[in-house]
Amino acid sequence: MNLTLKVWRQKNSKEAGNFSTYQVNDITPDMSFLELFDVLNERLIAKGEEPVAFDHDCREGICGMCSMFINGRAHGPWQGTTTCQLHMRAFNDGDTIVVEPWRAAGFPVLKDLVVDRSAFDRVIAAGGFVSANTGNAQDANCLPVPKPDADDAFAAAACIGCGACVAACKNSSAMLFVSAKVSQLALLPQGQVERESRALNMVKQMDEEGFGSCTLTGSCEAACPKEISLENIARLNREYLMANLKKGLF
Amino acid sequence: MTKLNSKIPDGAIETKWAKYRSTVPLVNPANKRSIEIIVVGSGLAGSSAAASLAELGYKVKCFCFQDSPRRAHSIAAQGGINAAKNYQNDGDSIFRLFYDTVKGGDYRAREGNVYRLAEVSANIIDQCVAQGVPFAREYGGYLSNRSFGGTQVQRTFYAAGQTGQQLLLGAYSALERQIGLGNVKMYSRHEMLEVVTIEGKARGIIARDLVTGKLERHFGHAVLLCTGGYGNVFFLSTNAMGCNVTAAWKAHRQGAYFGNPCFTQIHPTCIPVSGDHQSKLTLMSESLRNDGRIWVPKQKDDTRKPKDIPEDERDYYLERRYPAFGNLVPRDVASRAAKERCDAGYGVGASKMAVYLDYAAAIERYGKAQANKLGIHNASPQQIIEMGKDVVKEKYGNLFEMYAKITGEDPYETPMRIYPAVHYTMGGLWVDYELMTTVPGLYALGEANFSDHGANRLGASALMQGLADGYFVIPYTIGSYLSADIRTKAIPTDHEAFVTAEKNVQDTLDKMMNIKGTKSVDHFHKRLGKIMWDKCGMARNEQGLKEAISEIRALREEFWKDVRIPGIQNELNPELEKAGRVADFLELGELMCMDALERKESCGGHFREESQTEDGEAKRDDDKFSYVAAWEYKSQGSFEVHKEELKFDIVHPSQRSYK
Repeated sequence: MNLTLKVWRQKNSKEAGNFSTYQVNDITPDMSFLELFDVLNERLIAKGEEPVAFDHDCREGICGMCSMFINGRAHGPWQGTTTCQLHMRAFNDGDTIVVEPWRAAGFPVLKDLVVDRSAFDRVIAAGGFVSANTGNAQDANCLPVPKPDADDAFAAAACIGCGACVAACKNSSAMLFVSAKVSQLALLPQGQVERESRALNMVKQMDEEGFGSCTLTGSCEAACPKEISLENIARLNREYLMANLKKGLF
Repeated sequence: MTKLNSKIPDGAIETKWAKYRSTVPLVNPANKRSIEIIVVGSGLAGSSAAASLAELGYKVKCFCFQDSPRRAHSIAAQGGINAAKNYQNDGDSIFRLFYDTVKGGDYRAREGNVYRLAEVSANIIDQCVAQGVPFAREYGGYLSNRSFGGTQVQRTFYAAGQTGQQLLLGAYSALERQIGLGNVKMYSRHEMLEVVTIEGKARGIIARDLVTGKLERHFGHAVLLCTGGYGNVFFLSTNAMGCNVTAAWKAHRQGAYFGNPCFTQIHPTCIPVSGDHQSKLTLMSESLRNDGRIWVPKQKDDTRKPKDIPEDERDYYLERRYPAFGNLVPRDVASRAAKERCDAGYGVGASKMAVYLDYAAAIERYGKAQANKLGIHNASPQQIIEMGKDVVKEKYGNLFEMYAKITGEDPYETPMRIYPAVHYTMGGLWVDYELMTTVPGLYALGEANFSDHGANRLGASALMQGLADGYFVIPYTIGSYLSADIRTKAIPTDHEAFVTAEKNVQDTLDKMMNIKGTKSVDHFHKRLGKIMWDKCGMARNEQGLKEAISEIRALREEFWKDVRIPGIQNELNPELEKAGRVADFLELGELMCMDALERKESCGGHFREESQTEDGEAKRDDDKFSYVAAWEYKSQGSFEVHKEELKFDIVHPSQRSYK
């Protein structure tokens, strides 16, 4: 396959960026999308040019590090797939592919396709946990959890924190990410003690990080490589409302 | 030769840890507040250690090279975590988990450490559930278990095929809570490039901020390396792209001995290499061997489609060679058997370096069972297959999907092609019972140390060890060292030792940037990987290892003359990061070959062709090799081996047989 790539190049967080166009030939359909970038970079290095910086690590769809906005879609054309698991057979010989970084106020660009997602860590630090110090735990089976609740909690916990939801949202909202963690813990008995403070604190931190509001367009769910459900956002809205009512803020 | 002191407490094996915990010196809460601890790495071992130590009141700094601590490669573990809970009432116990682990490790692990691991295993499950880790459950609400290789009980806890992810997110949330409380300071996108020692003790690190490229000095009363394994020395492995040996190697160069470096685990079921551009290999969980049948054609260079090869022209070689265990032999045995068939010319696929993992029989079996269950007695073969596919999909759907995405083939219709790949390293920094390396104040936890898995790790034991070390071992054992260190004030980082260490790091970076050669870092990494895989991989022999050592030396020399690193130092420069890691792999690879050369026996994942039985099985030599090889760094390419004798008071070594 012969392809034309239009890739966002930006030296650092301060300078303005622009698209550069590269012709990449002899790509095979069995290669992953990141291997396409490996090949491009090898050729750039051989020519004495700067390779394209991009985030990646596990390359098996679970670490959440890869983050390319491909032809206007977070993680590209395949449903429920991270960039690293997208393979070149998704494209045709002669295609032009446009590759951008995640674009969101909450995720400033560091270089080329690499963005800073530390805002997500700060949101978790604000309340995305159960305060159970090591050594406090009772026997695990003293706390039976109904299987449907456990399954729903797992489905929410499958979030890999990649940020595709934010990148796909026209408001750059982080609601799907935040709601997944709030849901997981609200569904489980372990999460009950801090249920209200968790919802309030995580939403507060989310707002402070510069993420936009949710208008329920559902583009986050469509882009999510782990297919995290919009139901979680409904649940977060309920959790947040109830927490505020109990505090008497409305 | 130095005598290595493993510091295993006296007394009966089941009393050692209890006695140790009750007598280890303590650090009082006021003193803890002025003691600083550095944790490098944020996987299961690092996150759990950093969070637990911060909860105790220590001041903790935690470092990871990824953009968030949640991305450490523990996240990719699929199958599960072992624990001696005996929830299934099937006769499990601490002793059985201990016994299985020592035997599975082919009698090259320390009994004292392994017993402690089995003891704390149950606490890990309790702790994780308390954090809200969503383990799989039965309809009654209780936790579910499944079985894994090398055991006869069901003791593996799991969260679908994402157990590592859920456990790591649990430890990560505990860590983030401590970060939010100000007890841990997190340094993401930072890479440790040197251990700083003062008067023989580890007192800090030099780290590079990967965004700005600036070097930083950090002081700590103690330094914990939780930096994972070194499988990426082979270039292609199931490890994440960033996994590296750099932190452990820098520690090794500062005096920490390296234990059993040649012990590598090759996992039998991975998706095979498809072309020259391949960057990593993907594991297909061991659980697939429960239902799949492995075979190759009986005829060499058979180019027919698998479906067109009749039953009597297929060689189910594992079932043929190992009738008692069949497709469920341990990982090392299954891997070698696949290699044997492919080397003999029976491999399949375009590369001929693959075997079939076939689900057709399982689909039919499950389909018939399902038809019976539903009372359909006249189901057509087509209906049976459709029902069988649904059952297989429920059990293994996510793995089948991943296979289809990567290969473009539908594993429900045609057998999967699989081949062994590098997966885990049992070797690592030598540590004593307290997890301290041979450098006082420097500890190694999780895959980064060598201690618990001997020459072969059992499935679902890596997660157990990482969390045991971080949650339940280090919080106790570190007190033994720090209680004697309470009078040490924080050492200012303008101390001469920090200045010198930083200058050495800077000089190395300068040297690397100034080579301005002609070949990329990956070019060298791929060549190193090929040498390691061909000569220090699934089978090793004296001649090959000697060749490998001289080839690696030559390659290392070429690297330092001809590598090309674009860009500059003081910026985000992924090529520079890779270059530093490959430079360390080029030293480690040589040591692995030397260790493999020295160990003339076969054991676990280490197969020396010279030491095998008549029918090609691994042959251990307990009289000569019942020891841990702990290597001391002398200078580049020069190492001295020290031996820690292994004593087996409880589990007496016998030759493993799976026939």
